Amino acid sequence: MSQTLLHWSLLAAQLMLGLAFLCASWRVARGPRAQDRVVGLDTLYVNGMLLLLTFGIRSGTDIYFEIALVIALLGFVSTAALAKFLMRGEVIE
Amino acid sequence: MRMLLPHPLLSLSLFVLWLLLNQTVAPGPALLGLAVALIGGWMLKRIRSARLRVRRPLVALRLAGVVAVDILRSNIGVAQVIMGRRKKRHSGFIHIPLSLRDPRGLAALAVILTATPGTAWVEYDPEEGWLLLHILDLVDEEEWVRTVKHRYEQPLMEIFP
Amino acid sequence: MNHAAELPLLVAVPVAVLLLVGAALALTGSIGLLKLRSFYERLHAPTIGTSCGMSCILLASMLFFSVLQSRLVVHEILIGFLLIVTTPVTLMLVGRAALHRDRLEGSHKVPPSARPEDHAAAAQSDG
Repeated sequence: MSQTLLHWSLLAAQLMLGLAFLCASWRVARGPRAQDRVVGLDTLYVNGMLLLLTFGIRSGTDIYFEIALVIALLGFVSTAALAKFLMRGEVIE
Repeated sequence: MRMLLPHPLLSLSLFVLWLLLNQTVAPGPALLGLAVALIGGWMLKRIRSARLRVRRPLVALRLAGVVAVDILRSNIGVAQVIMGRRKKRHSGFIHIPLSLRDPRGLAALAVILTATPGTAWVEYDPEEGWLLLHILDLVDEEEWVRTVKHRYEQPLMEIFP
Repeated sequence: MNHAAELPLLVAVPVAVLLLVGAALALTGSIGLLKLRSFYERLHAPTIGTSCGMSCILLASMLFFSVLQSRLVVHEILIGFLLIVTTPVTLMLVGRAALHRDRLEGSHKVPPSARPEDHAAAAQSDG
């Protein structure tokens, strides 16, 4: 009983997160400006991380947690670097 | 004590972080975590000497509770805006004069305002203390200025004098 | 999915609800990123996913693994703490970069400075 319940709720959650992933990718692809793409990329990272956590619950192993932690860290560093670039790159031009 | 633990709060959080990462309280990892916590505190002391002191722990706890409730409430509000429940909506920038000057208090205020969906910290003018805030669902400008000043700035000024 | 067979229903229901609510909130945030019209409005959307959406899914994971391994599994708090601290920083950085770029282009949709205009004018006439 609890197995089927978890199976279907995990499936629904993963579908929703996948859809969220697509929305964020659309914003990254379409822009229209560089800052929109950066915000989209940040959201993409968070959605990917949440998706990995649901995969962790599905498989029952801890390994996904560590991947999620690394993604959370890398997402912050890359977004901060991109934001810095947006400020600096424009000043030099 | 000051020599050994120049930043007790930072050392404590490093220690807890280490234990959480290792998922154990066995003596071996705990001892290693203690070393990490102490060395972390010393390293921060070399970088900057100003020490974080939370003056009013009770006020800080109350503020944390208020912020948690506000985040929950504005989550629902912004979700309604996105789902198109409110047709007549107007977003815009507002200017808020701040009297808070402590850099750590300002950092805390920035995190609170940006973590709450619906308000985003955009710019701060350190000379006269003007804050530029973007608000998704702007109804009454005065109301927002009062909310930020009373709800968040007042307790933060007590915590970081 | 066999490992979940011995999970009591009393735990499975809250885990399922938390997962669904968290995923729905994350989806709402991403839809907002798609639907809202201006950049500064879109800046608000991702915070839904990183505040409540993230907390719900982390709570579900903590509850699930704690019951499954019959010990306290709380290391998800690390991710939560990390996201709560870093999201405002990145959004502030991106917001400031966008403001800077808009001002360089001479856009009239953004205020010229953090000071209100009457104050800025008063300061200029004084100087």
